[in-house]
Formats: sequence, structure tokens, C-alpha cells
Amino acid sequence: MITVSGEPEGAGITVSERTYRDGARAVAPLAVAVLGFGVSFGVLARTVGFGWLAPIVMSATTFAGSAQFAAVSVLGDGGTVAAAVGAALLLNARYGPIGVSVAPWLTGPLPSRFLHAQLVVDESWAISAEGDGRFAPRMLVGAGLVLYGSWVAGTAVGALGGEALGDPAALGLDAAFPALFLTLVAPQVRGWKPLLAATLGATIALALTPAAPAGVPIVAAAVACLLGVRR
Amino acid sequence: MSSTWVLVLLVGAGTVAIKSLGPVLLGGRPLPERLTGVVELLAPAVLGALVAVQTFGQGQALALDARLIGVAAAGIALWRKAPLLVVVIVAAAATALARALT
Repeated sequence: MITVSGEPEGAGITVSERTYRDGARAVAPLAVAVLGFGVSFGVLARTVGFGWLAPIVMSATTFAGSAQFAAVSVLGDGGTVAAAVGAALLLNARYGPIGVSVAPWLTGPLPSRFLHAQLVVDESWAISAEGDGRFAPRMLVGAGLVLYGSWVAGTAVGALGGEALGDPAALGLDAAFPALFLTLVAPQVRGWKPLLAATLGATIALALTPAAPAGVPIVAAAVACLLGVRR
Repeated sequence: MSSTWVLVLLVGAGTVAIKSLGPVLLGGRPLPERLTGVVELLAPAVLGALVAVQTFGQGQALALDARLIGVAAAGIALWRKAPLLVVVIVAAAATALARALT
């Protein structure tokens, strides 16, 4: 998933013509899925005792779906806050290199670059990529804003309406968590190396579950990424 | 402050910091090739672990229960290229059905 461009700085900054509206339009089909994802997050956060306000505030301030799911589920499983935060931030570590890849195309002053950076999520990043390591900054913002609105609105619907649902176990909602993570990992495991990393991560986590506090096995599983060390 | 709000605060602050790092500080220098390979595998490793623990973990024990049926059904739906919402609904419905029948 993560392709950090080879030599963006050599290309010279010719900012793309593509507009905010181009980005919003291109991302619309994905925004529907993100809305549904937001509803699921709101419902699931509520079922593990987050109340209705905390999930909405979290979506508005964090804007990183898989990390939010991870944090909430670790805490819901009885894990410590440190383990939940660790799992979430490990999941978000990919935004380090992703941020580096778009940085050459965000040419505004520091506060503007800071705000642009918050709108970078997997989908807006992918939509605004023009190939050869080039990014269309206005498309990134247009797509990012649409996704942000969908994510926060979906969370609010799930968190406020989730109470009408009844017993989460009888509804099979506890299986929705692993199903969501399966959906997120599926597009990332094309090729044997990511597949091996995912399998190894799963094995490490299961092996440590009986021995370590909840959440720690997830963080420990991250060592599987060392398969990517290049000599 | 409850652990819920501490979590919201820390995850929010940490995520904002990670996302800002490149655009604010680095000015667009690409990562060293060696590090790129490691970071690429971070998400699959962590997500794979989450799938496993959420399917088989029961507190500090491992358990085989109706969740496995839901996740298997989700896998089939995913393989048939079902959209995200459908995959999740299929997983929950299969698990609920298995619990209702046993």
C-alpha cells in the first residue's frame, strides 16, 4: 500500500490543475463505504461502554478508522489505556511515510501544511496520487473533506442510534470487529511478503494472548514487519 | 478523567503528530529504501494480529466460538468482492444465526 515516491523533489513544483471538486467527486463512492464504517464504529464503541459523545469526539479529532477501532476494541477487551494507545499509534505509523510522500506538494505556510496533513487518509491519499510520486493537493483536500464529513456523520448516527439495537452478542456484533479488520487487511496482502507479515503477526498475537495483558500481543505482533528489512 | 477520555485524547494527539510529521518537518525527503520495506509491512502485521485476536481471544484465553463462523462468512463475502458494509453485516448475521441455533 505504501509507495514512497523516489524523487519528487527533482520534479519541480508544478501544482496540478485538478480542483477540490475533482477530489470530492472521485472519492464519492468510497465515502459511502466510509459512512457505513463510521456507523459501525459508533455502534461498536457504544457497545463497549464509550457512551455517545466520546466516539463522535474521537472521530472528529483522530480521523483514522482502523486505529480507532483498534483502540476501542483493546480497551473493550479489558486492556490498559497504554496498550490501546500503542496499538492505535502502531496502526497509524504508516501515515509517517505517507505524509513524507505528499509533503513536496503541500507548499503553503506551516499552519496550512499542518491542516492539509490531517486530511490525509488512505483513501484521499490514493485518490490524489497522479503517478510518478506526484500529488494533486486540491484533490487531496476535496477528497479528504468529503471523507471526514462521512466519517464523523456516520459515527454520530451509530453512536446515537446504536442503543436501539439491543444485545450486541445476540446480534453477532462481536464478529463485526474481526470482519472489519479482515476487510482492511485484504487489499494490503497482495503479494507474498505482506501476506507472510500478516500471518506472522496473527501467530505472534495468538501465541502471546494467554501470557500477556490484553493489547500487548497486538503491539508485539508489529515485529513481523521486520520481514521487510532490505539488505 | 475516565480511561475513555484519556484514550480519545492520547490517540488523537498521537495521530495528529504522526500525520503532521512529513508535511510540517521533513519537507518531502523520501525515506531511506531500507526503512520503506519495514514500514510497508507494519499495517499488514498489526491488522493480521487484530483479526486473529478478535476472532479467537476471550480475555486472556483463546476460544473457538460462533465468531469464527462469522469471520469465515466475511472471508467468503470478501472473496466474492462484496462491499465493506455487506461483509460486516454478513459476519454479524452468520454469528447471530449460529448462536440462535446452538
